[in-house]
Amino acid sequence: MPPFDGLRAVSEVERWVFLGTNPERALGMKDMPWLHRKTEMEQIIQGRVFKFGDNVNSDVIIPGRWLIYIDAERLSQHAFEVLGEGFPDKLRGFDILVAGRNFGCGSAREQAVTAIAGLGIKAVVACSFARTFYRNAINEGMPIVECPELYTAIAEGDTIQIDVAAGRIRHNDKEYRFPQMPESIRELLQQGGLAAYLKAQIEKQASQ
Amino acid sequence: MTIAQKILAAKSRQSSVQPGQIVDAYPDLVMSHTATWRSVSVMKRVGATKLYDPERLAIVLDHVAPAKSEKNAADHQVCRNFARQFGVRKFYDVDAGIAHLVLMEHGHVAPGDLIVGTDSHCTIYGSLGALGTGIGYTEVTSIWITGKLWMKVPESFRITLDGRFAPGVYAKDLMLHLIGTLGADGCGYKSVEFYGTAIPAMSISERMTMANLAMEMGVKCVFIPPDATTHEYLRGRLENPDRYRPVFADPGAVYEKDIAVDLSHLEPMVACPHEVQNTKSVREVIGTRIDQAFLGSCANAKYEDMVVVSKILKGRRVHPNVRLIITPGSKEILLEATKSGVLQTLLESGGLLTNPGCGACAGDGGVLADGEVCLSTANRNFLGRMGSNKSEIYLSSPATLAASAIKGVISDPREFLNG
Repeated sequence: MPPFDGLRAVSEVERWVFLGTNPERALGMKDMPWLHRKTEMEQIIQGRVFKFGDNVNSDVIIPGRWLIYIDAERLSQHAFEVLGEGFPDKLRGFDILVAGRNFGCGSAREQAVTAIAGLGIKAVVACSFARTFYRNAINEGMPIVECPELYTAIAEGDTIQIDVAAGRIRHNDKEYRFPQMPESIRELLQQGGLAAYLKAQIEKQASQ
Repeated sequence: MTIAQKILAAKSRQSSVQPGQIVDAYPDLVMSHTATWRSVSVMKRVGATKLYDPERLAIVLDHVAPAKSEKNAADHQVCRNFARQFGVRKFYDVDAGIAHLVLMEHGHVAPGDLIVGTDSHCTIYGSLGALGTGIGYTEVTSIWITGKLWMKVPESFRITLDGRFAPGVYAKDLMLHLIGTLGADGCGYKSVEFYGTAIPAMSISERMTMANLAMEMGVKCVFIPPDATTHEYLRGRLENPDRYRPVFADPGAVYEKDIAVDLSHLEPMVACPHEVQNTKSVREVIGTRIDQAFLGSCANAKYEDMVVVSKILKGRRVHPNVRLIITPGSKEILLEATKSGVLQTLLESGGLLTNPGCGACAGDGGVLADGEVCLSTANRNFLGRMGSNKSEIYLSSPATLAASAIKGVISDPREFLNG
């Protein structure tokens, strides 16, 4: 058994996915030149923010009765609907959600991310995320940023600019820094999420 | 190392790991419930045709079961066909009950296991000393195919429980107390280990309630370290007795926070709408009208919970303005309640029995109308979770539920203990 390199967590998937079920038989990195391509690129997300409070739970984001769907369009029609009049349509003019602590807590439902994406929201910035929402966002290709400093400074309707790769948010004349995600996770995001990533690996593997 | 460190080290084939480190972990079991059809759709979309190891899959159809619509029926059909096609032996159909309880009852959960699944309350596996945590359906597919997922090694908190519960106070009240005190993210991303002189006296049923509710304070995973009670519960359940290999923390394990609770100081608690952390002593909400009482969910619909309710209801009637919905957590629990006469007591007192499963907790049956109030033994009271966004959900122990169902208003169970 070769040693597992924890820091290359996602790349481990690349290394031997679909090469059989036994990692010992998997090819090494050097056998797959496509692993070395440079995918680093500037990713700037800009737009108006809608502001939520603390502990927005995933039942509120998308009620359980709509989990019969997985497509963004239909899910988004019911996103945040339990909050009452105006939702979700009032969110459609915004590009980025800003929230307090523990955004996406509660149910592990992945459709919470899909529903938000369906509204045209391009990123979520929060003081903190519940871990299931955090993972689901990465897997769905939705950029998420933890930046508590921004929360108190920002008002609904403000415009911000997020540089995901550089770990920077620009708001008015101020700049906020946030810790970058590991490169392997950033690559997942850039590929559009886990399904797209897996699909690309499988197709590349099949063509070799 | 803490228990979480030790399990994640073992499952990522390393001798030691540190909090904050990201590892590739190979789960022993990947649970997917009714959401399985979504993972199957991802599998098709990515063009995968092989599973890493079908023995590591468990599928239980518990949410929205049996099917309520043609869409549900078609989704269930996808799950069944998938299980047959890929030889998934740990497949449980709509008759079995709630996935978590079914998997533990059938011996698919052993101490030291790493178990992930499409449900946030996978933390419940910590009641048997396993590391359980929730993930989304796409990630389930990824593990089906690759056998692994990346995981960040969490920091750990230690909660020490001493003293004994006063009469009328239960594990549910302890957890509502903790969630109310620490907050919905009080243990965010953390692993929590429970210790103390109170633990040996706690049944597996109580430990399940604790590990289940711990999710509502944000834990990644939780552990009640295995002891003689755990061993006794698993004896005859584990497919292979050799699988009983408890994992304990090292004496030098590092805990970020230490919390101590004296159980004898606790009293019956209620979580008020619309957040679990919005807890109050039952005394503060006595007299609140209820329209529905729901005895169900993976938190508190186990046999012991049904016994507690039946003891209070015996010889009494549910209030005419209250519908008491009883949804046993699993078929095994329903069978036990049938044989012991507990079920008969519940039904004769005015209770309504539904099939085992998630039921009304996830808004499947027992839906609330505008203005209605439900007292529930479940783990979530979020806005609109059980129906109308103009309805309200309170959470309590089974004993408080029984007392309240009799009186038609939220009531203190202690007044029923001596009569």
